[in-house]
Amino acid sequence: MEVDRKLLEHVAEVARIKLTEEEIGKFLPQLKETLEFFSKLKEIDTDNAKPSFQPVELKNAVREDKEGKCISQDEALSLTEHKKDGYFKGPRAV
Amino acid sequence: MSAKNFIDKIKNQEIDIVEHTEKILGECKEINKEYGYFNTISEGLALEQAKEIRKQLKNSSKNLKNKKLLGIAISAKDAICVKGVETTAGSKILQNYKPLFDAFVIQKVKEEGGIIIGKTAQDEFGFGTFSINSAFGIPKNPFDTERSCGGSSGGAAGLSQKLANHIALGESTGGSITTPASFCGVYGLCPTYGRVSRCGLIDFANSLDKIGPMGKTIEDVALLMNVIAGHDANDSTSLNEKSEDYEKYVKKPVKGMKIGIIKEAFGSGVEREVEKNVYNGIQELEEEGAKAEEVSLELPIKYGIPTYYMIATSEASTNLAKYCGMRYGAFEKLEGSFNEYFTKVRSNNFGEEVKRRIILGTFARMAGYRDAFYLKAAKVRTLMINEYKKAFRKFDALVSPTISILPPKFSDIEKLSPLQHYMIDVMTVSPNVAGLPHLNVPVGFEKNLPVGMLLIADHLQEGKLIQLGSVFGNE
Repeated sequence: MEVDRKLLEHVAEVARIKLTEEEIGKFLPQLKETLEFFSKLKEIDTDNAKPSFQPVELKNAVREDKEGKCISQDEALSLTEHKKDGYFKGPRAV
Repeated sequence: MSAKNFIDKIKNQEIDIVEHTEKILGECKEINKEYGYFNTISEGLALEQAKEIRKQLKNSSKNLKNKKLLGIAISAKDAICVKGVETTAGSKILQNYKPLFDAFVIQKVKEEGGIIIGKTAQDEFGFGTFSINSAFGIPKNPFDTERSCGGSSGGAAGLSQKLANHIALGESTGGSITTPASFCGVYGLCPTYGRVSRCGLIDFANSLDKIGPMGKTIEDVALLMNVIAGHDANDSTSLNEKSEDYEKYVKKPVKGMKIGIIKEAFGSGVEREVEKNVYNGIQELEEEGAKAEEVSLELPIKYGIPTYYMIATSEASTNLAKYCGMRYGAFEKLEGSFNEYFTKVRSNNFGEEVKRRIILGTFARMAGYRDAFYLKAAKVRTLMINEYKKAFRKFDALVSPTISILPPKFSDIEKLSPLQHYMIDVMTVSPNVAGLPHLNVPVGFEKNLPVGMLLIADHLQEGKLIQLGSVFGNE
């Protein structure tokens, strides 16, 4: 596995983070060291193991399809500066 | 004074609730100046609650008769939402965020008459072992201010040590309740995954996060656990089993209980002073009639760190995708495309360790690497749960040090690489990965610094931990 600057920058871009030169210089050797150590997971035979995405067994939780209490539109918009005509205002899409 | 005695004095108005709350808030401010345990002291809310209780007491309201926390000061880790009180999870990206609702645990505390005194300091989103990765203040160890409180619930642990008549709500993803509890010499109980609702908790890793009580005595921990445990329809991962009366386990005899001493958790890598005190703790349990013997748990100790960090950072990288400067939290000037705007908000407002973990988690989930890292870790998790389950067929609880070192100096922590930093969590990550309840018990002091012992039980066996933990601290 080749962890290089290109891969690091690609991963950061996917995560919507722009790294500074200083961060790249710092993170690259750290990421290499960490992943190298974490690769030791391959020592374990997991051929017959199913993955656990939760630590305990969970059952589907459903509820009646009834209207409940909900925050108002004004309340929902009260936490942002970017709003217009009762809507959230976002950056341009196209 | 025990919580029970205190509540009685509030009820019969021997102690005036408003005067008492004012006094507590004054103490909080004093403590905060020196130790930095709070991100926010919720003075307005606390006094409003106290005045309402006083009004009801004056009217001899029957409503207050069975209130479990009447007048008791409760702090909440900053990741727990409190309506109208700034809630940041230690991150600049949530600065000035005032939730529109209370977390489930806060609702419960309020219903039982607990007074919410503030939001305690933590690592940003819980990403850390020493509470140093914060956009705000760094909490200091109550026994030596040049040393760490532990993390990520560092403020909660330190405050539990310094402030009387107070119980804290902490949160753990990979050891963030028990580690700071150990470094600050208090009890900290991390419940079974799903036992306490996560509704209103700002998540770090959704299959790992648990809210739990921290306090100076095991009685306080059991009391707060009784208030917060139970099913919540608003959290789809909340367990539907009925919760127990945890207080009835306090001082219940431990004679005949079987304790497994995790063989791999002692010896090399563990400071000798820590080991000695934990063995003393085991001996104390044996003197009360518990039977202890060694058990080997290779997978949790040897592979816990990569398993935990792959799962936790993978989940964190998706859980933190929602912070984009649109609906709440930090904003930037609206310009550029969607991606440019989101990238700017996130790059300017996430701290260094957050970026590091998001990148690690994004990598572990990416096509080409997912099978070798994320999926592999999820499979190892299954094997690890099986290994624990096998041990619990024989033992009521497992024991290890909570953390293998004494609270370190900030100047020594600075020298650690991220990987060395992660490795320090070796004792606590695996019970978290397996969703098992675990408790830090203060068992002694070395060089005037506290040492903690970790007790781990099977799913939903928090009662056994409280039973065993109550053997200690009989001063």
